[in-house]
Amino acid sequence: MTAATRKSRDGRTRARLFSRTGGSLVRILFSLIITFVGLLLVTFLIGRVLPIDPVLAAVGDRAPQEVYNRVREEMGLNLPLWQQFFVYIGNVLQGDFGRSVLTANPVLEDIKRVFPATLELATLATIIGVFLGVPAGVFAAINKGKWPDHIVRIIGLAGYSMPIFWLGLMGLLVFYLKLDWVAGPGRLDAFYIDFIEPTTGLMLIDTLIEGDMDLFWNAVSHIILPASILAYFSLAYIARMTRSFMLEQLSQEYILTARVKGISETRIIWRHALGNVMVPLVTVIALSYANLLEGSVLTEIIFAWPGLGLYITNSLLKADMNAVLGGTVVVGAVFIGVNMLSDVLYRLLDPRARR
Amino acid sequence: MNISSNAVKPGLKQWLTSDTPQSRWQAKCGRAWLGWLKFTENRLAMIGLSIVLALILVTIFAPLLAPYDPLAADLTNRIQSPSAEHWFGTDQLGRDILSRLIYGAQYTLMIVALVVITAAPVGLLVGTAAGFFGGWIDATLMRITDIFLAFPKLILALAFVSALGPGIENAVLAIALTAWPPYARIARAETITVRKSDYIEAARLQGVSNMGLILGHITPMCISSLVVRVTLDMAGMILIAAGLGFLGLGAQPPMPEWGAMVSEGRQFLLEQWWVSTVPGLAIFIVSLGFNLLGDGLRDVLDPRGGD
Repeated sequence: MTAATRKSRDGRTRARLFSRTGGSLVRILFSLIITFVGLLLVTFLIGRVLPIDPVLAAVGDRAPQEVYNRVREEMGLNLPLWQQFFVYIGNVLQGDFGRSVLTANPVLEDIKRVFPATLELATLATIIGVFLGVPAGVFAAINKGKWPDHIVRIIGLAGYSMPIFWLGLMGLLVFYLKLDWVAGPGRLDAFYIDFIEPTTGLMLIDTLIEGDMDLFWNAVSHIILPASILAYFSLAYIARMTRSFMLEQLSQEYILTARVKGISETRIIWRHALGNVMVPLVTVIALSYANLLEGSVLTEIIFAWPGLGLYITNSLLKADMNAVLGGTVVVGAVFIGVNMLSDVLYRLLDPRARR
Repeated sequence: MNISSNAVKPGLKQWLTSDTPQSRWQAKCGRAWLGWLKFTENRLAMIGLSIVLALILVTIFAPLLAPYDPLAADLTNRIQSPSAEHWFGTDQLGRDILSRLIYGAQYTLMIVALVVITAAPVGLLVGTAAGFFGGWIDATLMRITDIFLAFPKLILALAFVSALGPGIENAVLAIALTAWPPYARIARAETITVRKSDYIEAARLQGVSNMGLILGHITPMCISSLVVRVTLDMAGMILIAAGLGFLGLGAQPPMPEWGAMVSEGRQFLLEQWWVSTVPGLAIFIVSLGFNLLGDGLRDVLDPRGGD
């Protein structure tokens, strides 16, 4: 084969690879849209099967029939169901989830206010989970069948089996009530709460911007326990997946080649094998991040963490449907988005996935 | 007695491990026996099996095992610490926590069983139909499955329960609605591997209808992977059910549901920590049991799935 034909073939392959990636990206986008419409359909139907009449909720049950009819028409409830669904999609796309009965604010405004708290918690938890889970998985894989492997496996299984709300309570009991190592529920001590202007909404960053180290350490002391408890769940998942990816890599022939060449075992494991594991691991980490955004619901209740989970459950217990459905759509959309993003990342990072 | 059972055993063992089984029944029993041998080697799986069996026994014999009436309030005996009379103490209404735990096992097992008998057949039917017919039926059914799979489970269950109203039946329904999609995926994958097989063609030539093919010839092939997945999922179902109970959306008071019991003990956490701790521990042990059992079953029934 001459250099010229090889070059042209490379070019052709690259062009084809690119177009295929493009094709699959379009397909991903398409399925993203379909899934999102499906999400809206489900929340729409949930809103409709609700036994409470939304008109009665708005006008009260003493309102005369004309008022009732007028409000019903204003709310678009006289339209056929499919038309109502399209109106609903249009509203959601404009960010209009209606008004929360509980706070009297538009739901979107409420969500914007509470979302950073959840984001901060889930992000810190994922960081902790990755920094502990990946090495744990690698150690388990190197020592397959020996006691480090069993310990990691048992820790992981316990993580899968633990009710998170209970673990949170036990954490509070031991580390806050008994040992007093960390601060209790909430994001800051009540004494400090008025001192801070929400700029980003992320307490750790806001306090740093203000340059107030007292506030910063107070915020750290508040977030560390809920974040660690959430992190345990992502740790269990990340360690398990890392272990199985590593085992797959370590049985490959290129590892044998590297060993024959005399490369040190440390380098083989942490550079060669782990380097190849990183790509599928990105997907796993993204998935666990999405799961934490959801998993934080129960944690937020235990720790009185003013995030999206607490907002949804509080609204739910007061039958504030606009807020519940709005929150569900936002969490669902983030969840779907992160899932798809991890899919796209995987395709971009791993050349084999393009074929 | 002992001698006779010893005399039967070699014969039975020979019958089970025979290389030349005389009937389909014997071959099936032989396979099951080999699987069981492999399963018993796995110590963790055996622990899981014992936990699950214990849960089932406690559920059946709850009225015999419980020392007190789980609903009988005794206000003079409020939040007692554990003692010889009340092994795990009493709760805020003076009810015996051990008795409530024992009766609570019934709710846990009932929720899991109801979710499984609702979600598994739905998933199986959707998956086999999609895999068998292919084409637009496959595309549509799998798209719906993917939509449900893309939802966050707990949030969706929360939204369902909020619309349907709190209660144990609605909690079951909500969990089942979020549980079926993985089963459809698995059933479809298994169906696709067998649908072009000769034995399916042979049955078709004999005049078996599509429905008969799916129910009689394809579904049995999906069962073993489905059983593994369902067992592994049971732990998750228990946790979601307990979470709903904890939020006050599952079983309603005074039912002794474990998640609700953890929630009731919250207010006494500092001084009377056992009120919350003990039911949470029960949830943990039972869901650990299902996880261990599922792992063991996977190693036996579905060697591909293990790592």
